[in-house]
Amino acid sequence: MNNKYESNKWQEVINWVQTRSLFMLHYCTGCGAIELPPTMTSRYDMSRFGIGPAATPRQADILLITGYLSTKTLRRVIYTYEQMQNPKFVMGFGSCTINGGMYWDSYNTIKQLDKYIPVDLYIAGCMPRPEAILEGFLKLKEKIETGSADGYKKYNKEYEKYKKNQEKVLGEVKRRQ
Amino acid sequence: MILNIFGFLLMAFSAMALGLLFIGIARKVVARVQKRIGPPFYQAYLDVFKLFTKNSITHGFIFDFGAIMAFGGMITTLFFVPVGPFVLYGMNGTLLLVIYLMAVAYLGMAMATVGSGNPLASVGISRALTQMLGYELPFIVVLLTLIYSSNTSSIIGIVQTQQSGFMNWNLINIPIGTAIAFVTLLGLMGKKPFDAPIAPSEIASGPVVEHGGKYLAFIMLQHAVSVVVKTALFVDLFLGGGNNIFIFIVKMLIVWLLVTLIGSIFPRFKVEEGVLFYWRWPLIAALLQAVIIIF
Repeated sequence: MNNKYESNKWQEVINWVQTRSLFMLHYCTGCGAIELPPTMTSRYDMSRFGIGPAATPRQADILLITGYLSTKTLRRVIYTYEQMQNPKFVMGFGSCTINGGMYWDSYNTIKQLDKYIPVDLYIAGCMPRPEAILEGFLKLKEKIETGSADGYKKYNKEYEKYKKNQEKVLGEVKRRQ
Repeated sequence: MILNIFGFLLMAFSAMALGLLFIGIARKVVARVQKRIGPPFYQAYLDVFKLFTKNSITHGFIFDFGAIMAFGGMITTLFFVPVGPFVLYGMNGTLLLVIYLMAVAYLGMAMATVGSGNPLASVGISRALTQMLGYELPFIVVLLTLIYSSNTSSIIGIVQTQQSGFMNWNLINIPIGTAIAFVTLLGLMGKKPFDAPIAPSEIASGPVVEHGGKYLAFIMLQHAVSVVVKTALFVDLFLGGGNNIFIFIVKMLIVWLLVTLIGSIFPRFKVEEGVLFYWRWPLIAALLQAVIIIF
């Protein structure tokens, strides 16, 4: 990816700290939620990488979408994403967020999450095991450290495009910032 | 004058650093209790630094003022609590003043809650104030007993009555009172059996639900200072204080680790259960202790 990030020393320090302290908000829509408790607790313990669960979107850095999104839940995901504070990162989890997965011909689920909000990293699989989730977090940390996880900047820049896609499936989306 | 201000600032910043270190150690200890590896002990510093680099959103003037009031109230409380040899105020009545000032932090949070207008936050702060009603009653009875037995209401005066040796500590003189004060310390700190106000899984972290970015960083710093204030107060009142700052910090760490270990194995009380718990046995035992000391 072409890296046009501000590469001064202070930004490097900030990136270094951000990779070591990430609060994760998991938006549990489908069956993927069940893989998260073992990731957080004694067996796989993600807190040793400095990643912990956050209770609300205001406090969170990562938005983890675990599973398929119907058009109804997509609206809530967009509200949640817009309530989060920059810098914020989105992880799509499972094949449902990539191409619809087993819901590919369903009439009321969306097929590709990337059209509606910018996704920094996908974890493929149905379901991804906790090892795959941890691998995904480590990859995301690498991307943050090099500054290539810039989905939130892309969302600001190409806001019109995303808004058009959102309104195409949802009708009107109220902005509640 | 300038030197005084410098001293105040130094005390505030070192209390923040110490409190964040304590929180980091507690996270590591809880992780080991649950057979996890846990975050590194400096994780709390990284969290606060990262939150200061994030964007944050305000909900109006009252919200800002509440966050500052919570933080400032806790810092003000710190100045009246002797930490080892550092005593800024030694006049009579500081103990009662500290009890009042500790409530200011909660009132600041309540103000921020009003500003944000989030229903989960108001549920959280009403739980916090209700629970305060529970633990303050036995705590005040124990403190009045303490004031009666040591004949002074200044914290440094109470420290001085326990100076010459281990046998003069209030831990030995008022054993039941010390145990009750320790149980109320759990509620005072909002640790695990009594953490209904901030329950993350029920009400999404309660009073801080709308705090993001820099606001959350201020609340974390406030929590760090409150850990130092409350453990230091317990050490001053019951464990004989300390002339040496290192011995004092070791005593604080022992109290904090005991609180953490108890917190790491208990589930959560509902708020009315917590209040009833405090009003039943700790209150009766505190009154019994008062009767024993007075007669």
